[in-house]
Amino acid sequence: MIRVGIAAYGIVPFSKEDKKIENLLMDSVAELFVKNPEIDKRDIDGVMVSTNSNSKYLGPIVAEMSGIQPKASVSIENLCSSGTNAIVSAYSYIASGLADMVLVTGAERFDSPGRVLDWDDSRGEFKQPVFWASLFTKSYKNQFSISEEDLAVVSVKNHKQAKNNPNALSGRIFSVKDVLSSKQVTEDLRLLDCSRLCTGSASVILASKDVMENFSTEPIWITGIGQKTTSAGFTKNNSFYSIKSAKDASNTALKMAKKDVTDIDAVELHDAFSVCEPMALESMGFSKNGKSIKLIKELHQTDNFKVNPRGGLMGAGHPLGATGIAQTIEIVQQLQERSGARQIDDVKAGLVHNMSAAATSSTVLVLEK
Amino acid sequence: MSFEERLGSGEFLIPKCSQCERIVWPPSEYCSSCFGKVGLERLDFEARIVEFSRENDKYFCIVEIERSFKIIAKADRILLAGEIVSISKCGVRNGNYFFEIN
Repeated sequence: MIRVGIAAYGIVPFSKEDKKIENLLMDSVAELFVKNPEIDKRDIDGVMVSTNSNSKYLGPIVAEMSGIQPKASVSIENLCSSGTNAIVSAYSYIASGLADMVLVTGAERFDSPGRVLDWDDSRGEFKQPVFWASLFTKSYKNQFSISEEDLAVVSVKNHKQAKNNPNALSGRIFSVKDVLSSKQVTEDLRLLDCSRLCTGSASVILASKDVMENFSTEPIWITGIGQKTTSAGFTKNNSFYSIKSAKDASNTALKMAKKDVTDIDAVELHDAFSVCEPMALESMGFSKNGKSIKLIKELHQTDNFKVNPRGGLMGAGHPLGATGIAQTIEIVQQLQERSGARQIDDVKAGLVHNMSAAATSSTVLVLEK
Repeated sequence: MSFEERLGSGEFLIPKCSQCERIVWPPSEYCSSCFGKVGLERLDFEARIVEFSRENDKYFCIVEIERSFKIIAKADRILLAGEIVSISKCGVRNGNYFFEIN
């Protein structure tokens, strides 16, 4: 199989801006090409667009607006994990020899139709994500005797880390008291336990090893990919305090990369809500079940940015189609030692976890220098 | 009539495969196991609360039906995990299913 890496990236600040999806996509595409003038657009033979927007034919539209005539140009929608699914598609095109260089661009508006999975009638009238998140939270708290105060640390930590991310939606720091006194959404969820949907755009270019050698001096390689879909409907989850899709996807990705979870120095995981961070850490093997709050508190107290250095979804914001790409860019920057004030020491391997629809599917990537 | 049409008239029927007799959830024309045709059965089924939370004074809970599939239902009283309940009201409102337990 052909080796595939990330050659370049472009990302713009997340916001609440009201802008057409086509123009939003172009924000990070333009940023990428302006900052990487050595890339010849004529070499790009694939364009993958990640979004939940209802606009049609976005692959060819981005190609035309970028002055690219690729072999393949498509849109990829998979709710919140559209971004990493688009990266995996681009990887597959290159690894199979169908393409050498693929542009992956993702964007979303603050009012994305991807907020709710209308199909999931098992949720009855409780289709908004806050309801599955509340039930996960209640189940996790009961199973492991975790308090609301314990979980609040996730939000405090990730907002603090986002403060060092110039592209993050949030620029504010919160205390545990702030989280606990924020608006009560449900019995088990407060406003500051929730990531916020926003407007955002992020792009990467993936290339084969042969092409990469022509222009990139610091390529980052995708050495592991794992994906798992357990269902589409929330209520098909067998456990409401662990994430099977994350467990299976990370096992597959780490096995492909020939890595152990202890080899991972930086993690971007899908903290759509506070409880998702400990659940994902435990399911992927970073901590024993019920023990990751202790790890999260230690990381926070020692200003160790290992988990969600850019602030995760909670601090950075959650523009669905751009999220997985932004997570990947963060790990690329960490590996290239370009993360500024949020840089983690000596990062040799990083992991991205991106999931959809109440944890019913996950994609995990392992990246290395 | 389809499951949704029955639900719309306030009846919660159990979708079952006519070939392998498995319960099929979510309701579909085809069995997700053997792709046999799915019919609807009127059963005196067991419903058990798996987990619950609350929004203002409204409780919402995961209810497991016949130890087979789960739905989210509404209740207007304090709940207990593991409690056996029954569906007191169901239907389709503004295009969304709704389920209430007693």
